[in-house]
Amino acid sequence: MMPWADPVTKMATNLGWAALLAIAGAASLLAGPAYAQAPPAAPVNVEVHLLHVQGNVWMLVGAGGNITVQVGDDGVLLVDAGLAGTTDKVYAAIKTLSDKPVRYIIDTHLHADHTGGNEALAKLGNTIAGGNVVGDIGASAGNQATVVAAQEVLDRMSEPDGNRPAAPQGSWPTETYTTPERKIYFNGEGVLLTHVPHAHTDGDTIVFFRRSDVISTGDIFTTTGYPFVDMAHGGNIQGVIDGLNRIIEMAIPADEQEGGTQVIPGHGRQCDVADVVWYQEMVTIIRDRVQDMINKGMTLEQVKAARPTFDYDPRYGKTTGFWTTDMFVEAVYKSLAPKKEGAGQ
Amino acid sequence: MGQFHRIRIAGGLIALLFVGALAGRPARAQQDPSGEWSPRFDEDWEERIPGPEIGDYLGIPINEAARLRGDSWDAALVELQENQCRAHGADYGWRGPSQLSIWKEVDRASQKTIAFHTHLSAYGAEQTIWMDGRPEPPEYAPHTWQGFSTGKWDGDTLVITTTHLKENWVRRNGLPRSDMATSSAHLLRHGNYLTVVAITYDPVYLTEPFMRTSDFVYNSQQAMAPWPCESVDEVDRPAGQVPAHLLGANTFLNEFPANYGIPVEATRGGAETMYPEYQVKMKTMKTLPRPAKKVINQ
Repeated sequence: MMPWADPVTKMATNLGWAALLAIAGAASLLAGPAYAQAPPAAPVNVEVHLLHVQGNVWMLVGAGGNITVQVGDDGVLLVDAGLAGTTDKVYAAIKTLSDKPVRYIIDTHLHADHTGGNEALAKLGNTIAGGNVVGDIGASAGNQATVVAAQEVLDRMSEPDGNRPAAPQGSWPTETYTTPERKIYFNGEGVLLTHVPHAHTDGDTIVFFRRSDVISTGDIFTTTGYPFVDMAHGGNIQGVIDGLNRIIEMAIPADEQEGGTQVIPGHGRQCDVADVVWYQEMVTIIRDRVQDMINKGMTLEQVKAARPTFDYDPRYGKTTGFWTTDMFVEAVYKSLAPKKEGAGQ
Repeated sequence: MGQFHRIRIAGGLIALLFVGALAGRPARAQQDPSGEWSPRFDEDWEERIPGPEIGDYLGIPINEAARLRGDSWDAALVELQENQCRAHGADYGWRGPSQLSIWKEVDRASQKTIAFHTHLSAYGAEQTIWMDGRPEPPEYAPHTWQGFSTGKWDGDTLVITTTHLKENWVRRNGLPRSDMATSSAHLLRHGNYLTVVAITYDPVYLTEPFMRTSDFVYNSQQAMAPWPCESVDEVDRPAGQVPAHLLGANTFLNEFPANYGIPVEATRGGAETMYPEYQVKMKTMKTLPRPAKKVINQ
């Protein structure tokens, strides 16, 4: 166990969920990638809740990032696995929906509040495998759920990051994709994985359940704050906007521009496309303001002083915690500012 | 049985019937708002029908952040496909040029009211007002234009409380109302007249509750028209573009004060501008010179 893992568990127990999220985020920003840490071993005292979204799909909240649960005759498919240490509660909640094994975990990106439960949850499941696969690899081919992610997630989790070691191998994706899309047919519906490059990170995946008509967005879209643009891991504000536009393009609202396709954000409440539109408008307006200031030659400090997020701050802004308004403005600025000659990516 | 006993039994039966009748009645005469209601626009015609002017924030308890949202708002935003069919929120819908229909849902066995339902002709917006005491959904449940509403009788007034609202506007010139807001509506029926007092509480964009009233008249001949709405490409613009005025770049904000001879400071709104004594203060403020012709920036 890493030296600070135990205090995290204790603090989560004492302070509740908001504190835990802040700590998880702080870990990814300040101490290097949180996935590189040994996960807290003791169960975290959190409450998880299930909400039926639509069709075969449920939203599980309280375990870190939101977890999407799709159930059916083929088994259970999860989008994201929550924080390490929440697995017992997550698994118990899943069991109230289905006795079938977990077959797939799809990671929307690398952060520990979404991938921390990969290893433990995957081991509680299994993959449908047989024939040549089992013949060549052995029974181990099927003894855990398949963990799917964009290639960039594996690249980052399997490499040391600064002074931090690589994430434990058991938590790595077991199957990656390098194409713009990856398709899975499971529980009687098409599941479309879309890679959004350089958005929240460089390995973001949006997951679309076509028959249930539900989209899981990962942290490209949340209802809890300004988008976390993790530039240290390949994020960029333009990619976030591209991702939001992609979600709007995929979704079809019902009457009055609400309902229809349902949207599960990375954090926060269940949404539909109208909620995504408000958020996309906000992020785009802020990008345009910062771009205009850059065009006028303003420095980062001048842009911060001009407060380009002022009108959205009462809803999304934060002055403390792992992702403050200042950090967001800085990420937008750095995403848009012309790169200096000779500077690396 | 003697006559005396018969009189006592009859008297007891009458008393029982009376008590029964009382028990079946609401505590105070609840005024069932069910029926067909046509709007009256005697109040706030300019805002409700032609629509508010750009930069008119008078009488609204907005904060600085809401003011900037309004200043940045570009009417072209409504042209976007995603916004063309977007309904008014539950707190604003009463204000629209909308016919209103209200009907009651009753449990057959107990004859208790489960819910009232409302339908507004604008956008075909429908609200369910639960009267059965059910708890509100958890915070992670969806928010909608109409939100989650419960109703209670306060004497003869139906008081509706609404949570789980999506973001919407508090005025149709870009002043926002956040998705953290709640609202209440008080339905007061006086015979063939219905007054709806709608109050918005928004911890994000309002510094005080914002109250508005709207009036309706009972109209048994009212025919509700459907509201088919299909989004189309109205203007050819790059995908993902969001029309908005950049900071300090909205040149339309002085039209309203210039055209109406109202001090610019007053048009900026805020809680102070809601109260009558503000009129005295306004008299000390400078106004822009009135144009010979109405100013409309192109």
